[in-house]
Amino acid sequence: MKRAPRASGVVEAAGARGAPGLLEIRDLRVTYGSGASAVPAVRGVDLAVGPGQKLGIAGESGCGKSTLALALLRLLPSSARLSGEILLDGEDVLTMKWGRLRAVRWAGASIVFQGAMHSLNAVHRIGDQIAEPVLLHRRATPAAGRARAAELLEQVGLPAARADAYPHELSGGQRQRVMIAMALACDPRLIVADEPTTALDVMIQAQILRLIERLVAEQDIGLLMISHDLAVLADTCDRLAVMYAGRIVEEGPARAVYDAAEHPYGRALSAAFPRIGDPASRRAPRGLPGDPPDPAALPSGCTFHPRCPVALDVCEREDQPLREAGPGRSAACVRVGAAVPAGEQPR
Amino acid sequence: MSTASTPGAVRDAAGGPVKTGPSRSADRADPGPGTRTAYPLYVAGRLGGAAVSLLAVLVTSFFLFRIIPGDPVSTMTHGAPTSAAQLAALRKQFGLDLPLWQQFTDYCAKALTGDLGTSYQFHAPVGELIMTKLPATLLLTGVAVVIYSALGLWLGTRSAWRNGGLGDRLNTGVALTLWSVPSFWLGLLLIIVFSVGIGPVPGLFPTGGMESGDTTGFARILDVAHHLVLPVLTLVAVGYAQTLLVMRSSLLDEMGGDYLTTARAKGLRDASVRRRHAVPNALLPTVTMVFINLGHVAGGSILVETVFSWPGLGGLFYQGLSVPDLPLVQGLFLVFAGAMIVMNLLADLLYPLLDPRVGR
Ligand SMILES: Nc1ncnc2c1ncn2[C@@H]1O[C@H](COP(=O)(O)OP(=O)(O)OP(=O)(O)O)[C@@H](O)[C@H]1O
Ligand code: SF4
Ligand SMILES: [Mg+2]
Repeated sequence: MKRAPRASGVVEAAGARGAPGLLEIRDLRVTYGSGASAVPAVRGVDLAVGPGQKLGIAGESGCGKSTLALALLRLLPSSARLSGEILLDGEDVLTMKWGRLRAVRWAGASIVFQGAMHSLNAVHRIGDQIAEPVLLHRRATPAAGRARAAELLEQVGLPAARADAYPHELSGGQRQRVMIAMALACDPRLIVADEPTTALDVMIQAQILRLIERLVAEQDIGLLMISHDLAVLADTCDRLAVMYAGRIVEEGPARAVYDAAEHPYGRALSAAFPRIGDPASRRAPRGLPGDPPDPAALPSGCTFHPRCPVALDVCEREDQPLREAGPGRSAACVRVGAAVPAGEQPR
Repeated sequence: MSTASTPGAVRDAAGGPVKTGPSRSADRADPGPGTRTAYPLYVAGRLGGAAVSLLAVLVTSFFLFRIIPGDPVSTMTHGAPTSAAQLAALRKQFGLDLPLWQQFTDYCAKALTGDLGTSYQFHAPVGELIMTKLPATLLLTGVAVVIYSALGLWLGTRSAWRNGGLGDRLNTGVALTLWSVPSFWLGLLLIIVFSVGIGPVPGLFPTGGMESGDTTGFARILDVAHHLVLPVLTLVAVGYAQTLLVMRSSLLDEMGGDYLTTARAKGLRDASVRRRHAVPNALLPTVTMVFINLGHVAGGSILVETVFSWPGLGGLFYQGLSVPDLPLVQGLFLVFAGAMIVMNLLADLLYPLLDPRVGR
């Protein structure tokens, strides 16, 4: 849909492998718990977001999207074990000292959390909550903090006077705006938005998406947006990554992935969300038979094979790495790129 | 949290339907009003409830103490040989010759005008007796309640934050053990160890009373504080577990909260996340607890006051019971129960003002 013409140039540059990114994730793995009850929620993810670039991550519930988002600032519970690299401006978050990590949190990258009601503190006024990171990271005076909160509220389209409100006094859309204002507070270079519009109705959803788009473009912020709704992401982002069972199974320019996904799961997702925020499709996604896999007991080979309409015999046995699937695109499917191996029959 | 919100909130409630979000308060044990009840209406309801409770206490206090064995009149004569005529005269003097229902209506009528009757043994108005002993009790239990509430909140917070750790288990274990210790026994133990002195431990503190009586000015304050140490220690030791446990479970409920992840994501230190975000939320349910503790201030501890010969209401109550000095124990019972009712009422009225989520 509508994209700033400038954006596509940036996309190509940042999308190219090896370009210095704002955020670079290399072989990130997250496992909850250990031993027999271990849940591998993220299983080797590589991603890059450049300055001003907007990357969308799509996938069903439980595929590890929020885990990925929380891992970026090391916000996971202590039961989670992480490996790999998360480079924020070239610095690895996973090896940072606590003091440095606290300094990077919110000032370097901020998060718009899934579910604004519970992510705001019910007993503090929203103005104070927005100003809090400003006071913390900029050592601003309380007056300066209040002024900044007012300015941010106006930026997200709320009257500055609402700073005195408590979260429960706002509507869902207003709360989400507050979350966005809060995320912008310290001018971070990267914003992670985890399902920023999921709880909202279609009209408000569109407003919030436009708002995020505008603010990110104005301030040249990198955006990592997470949703189960491929249509929402295709509408907002430059690039799209499709996640399945803790891995990226497809990645490429947003429109291309949405219109003609290479991976059968990507195709199923885009069929499931034919247009933005379609409520019917949200309740009963089309073309996605079966349940998402249990991360504690993943299928062998290509983890999608039990649900894949075009699975081959080999899919059950062989793990499928991401492989090139056209310019700036990749997908993790045996059918991509190379011809189907000799002797293999469609099941 | 700030009181500045109060007048506005009340106006909201008076002005029409209160707007409520999908509030989290809906799924907590909610001692506050329903989210749609207007605050003034709620206040009226609570005041009415408190009045009914007070009346019930009035009735109870009259009948409860009539079942104590012993004839007040014969106790008054200290067992000295007294003629039947003299006993009858005494009965008549105190209105004990009237039918029970008439004694009751007389008692109620007087109590409602603030007249609690005349003590059989001290021959003085019960109200006056209570007033002379009240300050000592308020001092002792007031100090103890403030200390054990604060201690309970502090230790409960620490326990929950490091939930399951060694410190937590030690904390709750010690608190529960002390809680189950009888206060008079602990008091006696402390007297033996720290007042009488045992082995190498010298007698550090007085065995009882509130002051030595030979000091004035600042020295007197120090003297009273010296006398306070052991009884306060006893009350704190057996009392802080309750607050600790309530605060601990309340904070544990908050610890999974997404807003704490937000606070951490902002770069706050662990201690700030706890102090600024988790504790204010967890404190709300403990407000009631703290007020109930404050309700105990008047009642004090009869046992501890008796053990330490503290010149307060508890000792007075003990003396009244042994006669039985009916007007005195009735009056004291009214004061003890009344304090609880009033503090509960205050907690109920305050809660919705403290929690911005509860509609007002
Ligand atoms: N603290 C935890 N302990 C153990 N397992 C967890 C924990 N948090 C998440 N998981 C598991 O990890 C997997 C990924 O969870 P995650 O929250 O990242 O999914 P998601 O893609 O964000 O889903 P949704 O769309 O529902 O938000 C799920 O199977 C979940 O059950
Ligand atoms: S590898 Fe096989 S099972 Fe997996 S998506 Fe491709 S065809 Fe389907
Ligand atoms: Mg999620």
